[in-house]
Amino acid sequence: MALSGLNLDARALAGAAPVSLARVNRSQWTLAARVAREGAGRVVALWGSDNRDRNAGFSVYVAYAVRSGLVVLELQLPADAPAYPSIAEVFPGALRMQRALRDLLGIAADGAGDHRPWLRHGAWRADEFPLRRDFDAHARREGAPDGYPFVQVEGDGVHEIAVGPIHAGIIEPGHFRFSVVGEKVLRLEAHMGYTHKGIDRLFGEFEIATGHRLAGRVSGDSTVAFAWAYAQAVESLLGVEPPARAASIRTLMLERERIANHLGDLGALGNDAALGFALSQFMRLKEDWLRMSDKAFGHRFMMDRVVPGGVETDLRDDMREPLARQADSIEREVRRFQDIFDEHSGLQDRFITAGRVTPELAKSLGLAGLAGRASGQAFDLRCDFPCAPYDKLGVRKVVHTNGDVAARVRVRFDELYEALRLVREILTALPAGASRITLPQAAPGAMGFGWVEGWRGEVLVAVEAGEANRIRRCHAHDPSWQAWPVIEHAVIGNIVPDFPLINKSFNLSYSGEDC
Amino acid sequence: MIPIILQVLRTGIVTEPTPQAREEWRTRSAQIQSEIVRLLGRALVIRHVDAGSCNGCELEIHALNNPYYNIEGLGIRFAASPRHADMLLVTGPVSRNMERALRIAYEAMPDPKLVVAVGDCGRDGGVFGESYATCGGVSKVIPVDVVVPGCPPPPLDILRGILTAIAS
Repeated sequence: MALSGLNLDARALAGAAPVSLARVNRSQWTLAARVAREGAGRVVALWGSDNRDRNAGFSVYVAYAVRSGLVVLELQLPADAPAYPSIAEVFPGALRMQRALRDLLGIAADGAGDHRPWLRHGAWRADEFPLRRDFDAHARREGAPDGYPFVQVEGDGVHEIAVGPIHAGIIEPGHFRFSVVGEKVLRLEAHMGYTHKGIDRLFGEFEIATGHRLAGRVSGDSTVAFAWAYAQAVESLLGVEPPARAASIRTLMLERERIANHLGDLGALGNDAALGFALSQFMRLKEDWLRMSDKAFGHRFMMDRVVPGGVETDLRDDMREPLARQADSIEREVRRFQDIFDEHSGLQDRFITAGRVTPELAKSLGLAGLAGRASGQAFDLRCDFPCAPYDKLGVRKVVHTNGDVAARVRVRFDELYEALRLVREILTALPAGASRITLPQAAPGAMGFGWVEGWRGEVLVAVEAGEANRIRRCHAHDPSWQAWPVIEHAVIGNIVPDFPLINKSFNLSYSGEDC
Repeated sequence: MIPIILQVLRTGIVTEPTPQAREEWRTRSAQIQSEIVRLLGRALVIRHVDAGSCNGCELEIHALNNPYYNIEGLGIRFAASPRHADMLLVTGPVSRNMERALRIAYEAMPDPKLVVAVGDCGRDGGVFGESYATCGGVSKVIPVDVVVPGCPPPPLDILRGILTAIAS
């Protein structure tokens, strides 16, 4: 275990994800970050909770992915002086999470170099905090957006291009501030938070049995991943296991979600490099795919289909054959398109070397998920910590090292074929039996975690049960948190017109990050 | 080039019939609409604004451009600037952090202008409702002509909503 030598009193939790939980003191908190770093660990998420109603002040949590699984540390903070040692000097990827935590809970990271607000744009005052239990979450406040102090770049011929929050295409809102000389990007600084919907706070109004509906709307393109992570967390805190059939159907849906997104992205990437043919062909395949999801599961994106205790809708037996047949036909077509991509010199000219993230950079910024695997970061929860039925499916991990747009395209093609194989395999060996169990009562204060490899990367959901089967605290973490800062590095030295292509090759979530 | 041409020929034309308008989705009188139809005939330019959605509605709006729905074939296209647009297609519960940007985009549009709110969130805030962070629907911020329900509404319903707004 990579966090040894800290004398942690860690408690292993029940459930599908290998999670242990430990309460630490300040010096262990700081030391743990260094030990995790030296052991090639990474920060998965950082969040906090107001426990003053239990006379326990505040708590800050950090989840590290280490060789043995996920280690979650809790540091309790006094109610009158809620501050904790910053870990951003060791894990720069944690900086924005720390800033968001300050905005939402009013607990500060000591020693962090950047204290600018992140999610708070002026919709609530700087001295009130939405995740505090005495904050009236239903009152509207008449605040105007604050100015955001972007880092200025000065020099001969340097000018700024401000983009957003509303972008030119049909995409989510966020602000990008480019400092450029001519066409070359010297610096990009993103400012997000525009889609903040108060989801963490809103979870407190949900029952444990229905929270998957909100979790499934943290990021719409990853609804299955978030709902599954939420369900995993609930099943962990209740100490129950979903039936084998439900696990297989969840896997089928998660892989279908991966395929749908990869199809859409490959088309859009071709289009961003001026191959409109790719967009119409891949979007046609994606439409076929979504229509089949609608037919088999009753929803094009399979929203609200994963529920705590199993799945909402069982798969009809007569759907197995058409689902498998479609996987075959889509694979045939995608292989043909990949040949066209590979032979298209104009396309490759745009893809190769654009937006390069070296493995060293990816490692230092803690990049994981799809983009990480295009930069040599060989993490995939489906292979590293396979829950059922992944343990029997033997997922082939896709890793490339060039770290450019071309590598991220390549990872998508390879993962698409592998996901199609998984779909077929699940369909041939779908266990019989129930697809859902009845949930027992939740013990107030019980905690559980769900950790799922969505198409974009690892999704983490932490749930703490409250009284009367309600949610006391739920935090949903999207992998885009770690990847957005990487884009700022990926574009340095590229030309401005390549930004949309580079951005698309990551295709990160705004809503998932701002939530 | 030859594989591309072969693929195009193999695919053929997959575009499906255009859906009918849905009068019950209309929230304002049809006066402006007839004005727009008179001015524009069947050409319509849309500016989309994501006002805090989960991105689900955006995926379905993207789908309108696929060959099955072929929205450009109907004379409808998406523009980058609200100054070039006849219609604002808005998704999301309108986060407080997007409220000002949405208002600016609306005001930048030339008259006469139409607003279609897409999805349960655009209708009334959906699962997010109204809170310190969300306004609880597009009509809380700007006037809305047509609401398309659903989470997310399928592409055909979004197209139906757009056509309802311009039907005289």
